[in-house]
Amino acid sequence: MIMPNQKIAPPSDDKRWKVVETTIRRNGSSSGALIETLHSVQEWFGYLDDEALTYVAQRLMVPMSKVYGVATFYHFFTLKPGGKHTCVVCNGTACYIKGAKQLIDAMAEKYDVKPGETSKDGELSVLSARCLGSCGLAPAVVIDGDVKGNIEADELLNVLEGVINNDA
Amino acid sequence: MTPDELMDVAQGLQEKDASIPNHVRVCTAASCLSLKSDELAKQIKAELKEVGKDKDTKVRCVGCMGLCSAGPLVSVEAEDQKPVMYQKVTVENAPQIAESVASGKKVKDLVCDTDSPFFARQQKIVLENSGIIDADDINDYIANDGYQALMTAISEMQPNEVLDEITKSGLRGRGGAGFPTGLKWNMLAKTPSDTKYIICNADEGDPGAFMDRAILESDPHRILEGMALAAYATGATEGFIYVRAEYPLAIKRLKTAIRLATKNNFLGSNIGGTKFSFSIDIRLGAGAFVCGEETALIASIEGKRGQPRPRPPFPAEKGLWGQPTSINNVETLANVAPIVRKGGEWFASIGTNKSKGTKVFALAGKINNTGLIEVPMGLSLREIVFDIGGGIPDGQEFKAVQTGGPSGGCLPEEHLDMGVDYDSLRTAGSIMGSGGMIVMDKTSNMVDVARFFMEFCMSESCGKCIPCRVGTYQMHELLNRIAEGEGTMEDLAKLEELCEVVANTSLCGLGQTSPNPVRSTLRYFRHEYLELIDGKHIPAGAGQEVAS
Ligand SMILES: Cc1cc2nc3c(=O)[nH]c(=O)nc-3n(C[C@H](O)[C@H](O)[C@H](O)COP(=O)(O)O)c2cc1C
Ligand code: SF4
Ligand code: FES
Ligand code: FES
Repeated sequence: MIMPNQKIAPPSDDKRWKVVETTIRRNGSSSGALIETLHSVQEWFGYLDDEALTYVAQRLMVPMSKVYGVATFYHFFTLKPGGKHTCVVCNGTACYIKGAKQLIDAMAEKYDVKPGETSKDGELSVLSARCLGSCGLAPAVVIDGDVKGNIEADELLNVLEGVINNDA
Repeated sequence: MTPDELMDVAQGLQEKDASIPNHVRVCTAASCLSLKSDELAKQIKAELKEVGKDKDTKVRCVGCMGLCSAGPLVSVEAEDQKPVMYQKVTVENAPQIAESVASGKKVKDLVCDTDSPFFARQQKIVLENSGIIDADDINDYIANDGYQALMTAISEMQPNEVLDEITKSGLRGRGGAGFPTGLKWNMLAKTPSDTKYIICNADEGDPGAFMDRAILESDPHRILEGMALAAYATGATEGFIYVRAEYPLAIKRLKTAIRLATKNNFLGSNIGGTKFSFSIDIRLGAGAFVCGEETALIASIEGKRGQPRPRPPFPAEKGLWGQPTSINNVETLANVAPIVRKGGEWFASIGTNKSKGTKVFALAGKINNTGLIEVPMGLSLREIVFDIGGGIPDGQEFKAVQTGGPSGGCLPEEHLDMGVDYDSLRTAGSIMGSGGMIVMDKTSNMVDVARFFMEFCMSESCGKCIPCRVGTYQMHELLNRIAEGEGTMEDLAKLEELCEVVANTSLCGLGQTSPNPVRSTLRYFRHEYLELIDGKHIPAGAGQEVAS
């Protein structure tokens, strides 16, 4: 049982928790702050691990089941760390009509990853998004933050190969 | 500040701007930005310095200019010259652009024809500042009549007079359902409470659309002004913008805009020295389509899982934290300031009998000119696809146009001459939706398109009610079987039956409208289902492959 006045310490003295704490306070330190807090944790730590979720639950005095329920309900939150590189494939309508599926299939074949997964060697995470706002460039992907438009499967595999080998 | 004082400020800003001989505008909205137009802008500035024109040229980073497929777009107004637009401008072209400012001679190879129907047939209200102003500069907004409507309303009009103008305008919600905005605000105004909320729905869930994002990125103050006017008209005290976390640039620009508007007292306490106070905060969505539904959106702002609840009670009675609330779409709110500024009658003179004003569409798919367009309600699909859109590329033939995203439908050739408004689209078996418009050519398979949208609804179903949770899954399975050439006539019958059940028994709009893409493709392209059942296999998502 957690008492209202009990001081809850963050999982570590990592400075990033200070930023998270600011978010919590700004949003009233209560259950209403849950989503904003999770956004803040993910922004600074990249993903939400058990330790972080437990802390958030205690700090906001929200049952763990609720924190977990919210974290898994929203697609934006991820409970696993990502790979070294990420490739986001736009699977919006325009990109689908122009062949996004071929891109997803090509990566599945070569790296054995489906959207939402990370390759076994931890090199590549594949994500899918809905409309990047660049439908004029469909099909579009974002590789490590760089948008590439009008891309075909062969070219995509080449680019990924380059990106992955570059830091090998 | 009184309206007159604001007018003086605006005039001062306009005069200052007019005293600068040359103006260069670089589009730095999503699509052009992904082609590194921010670097292009920097390079143009550097090159202007080289040719000694940096002092008398103003370079602005502006919002979407519309023709995204020809991006990055740059517009140049050199002294005494007609404005010119340039397309597909790369960093390497920066010296040429600078040179053209210095010499007054056009860069012929890069000219984008602004007399073409793509530009000439549009009519801009919502996007009037898009591609013109710098979103991060509040002075740019003020110089273009910004906050004029708000200042006039709070110092010279009663709240019900503002309401009357909105009602008279005939404005209907642009978030999909087309509910009259005046009516919605009236309901909120009539509900007595000390605390009322205005929420801007910027969750933009249609997976093939980016109108709201472009508005937020290009002209964020317009949304703040619209929300403040809504608050004044209805007696609301606080506002929230619920925006997708996937739109970082829009979030950044909104934050800047809120900060500057508050600093200049267009938001905050005692706005413009009146008794009216209103503040706005941002809440981030987290990637759940169903959170665009208003009761789910409210749950999400309250920090919960975004699941809809039955209505009534409607948000106007019991909304955010149990208080009366109005939820309005971004584009709806973007129309409000111009309506108050120019009058409801002016707005009602544009469009059709029952659909007033303009509509912004994100035009994409198998079409030559992809981008963002704003057209008066009632323009025909043919004019949109063939005149503005420039027709179908690669010598292919038109097959269908999809409107309304996962809640909408596909319309064939025979409906091309129909005027686009809420009611005609509904009659034809689609909906206006939020404004995604995807064109398909003869290489697209309609069963595959139906499957695509069903897959979307299935993965976005919040799982609260069984017809939607189980029904979308089963419909997807059936569509999969049919698309893979393994379907039977019984499967087709079962699919049609499920369409009925899910549409009639789901709790919220997501489930209720999820069969629409299937229904409309069955209505107009039934033969494609039958051909597949007869044994022709069509690989998934393979428009191009089907053709060969
Ligand atoms: C599943 C679902 C998703 C929706 N998504 C959005 C959305 O992304 N943006 C939006 O403005 N309205 C969306 N709506 C409609 C809203 O519930 C609401 O009607 C709208 O925001 C009201 O604003 P308006 O009257 O200005 O159109 C959605 C509705 C449903 C059922
Ligand atoms: S219809 Fe679907 S999305 Fe809507 S409440 Fe039911 S399960 Fe959730
Ligand atoms: S659908 Fe892919 S960018 Fe719009
Ligand atoms: S994003 Fe530049 S024209 Fe649309």
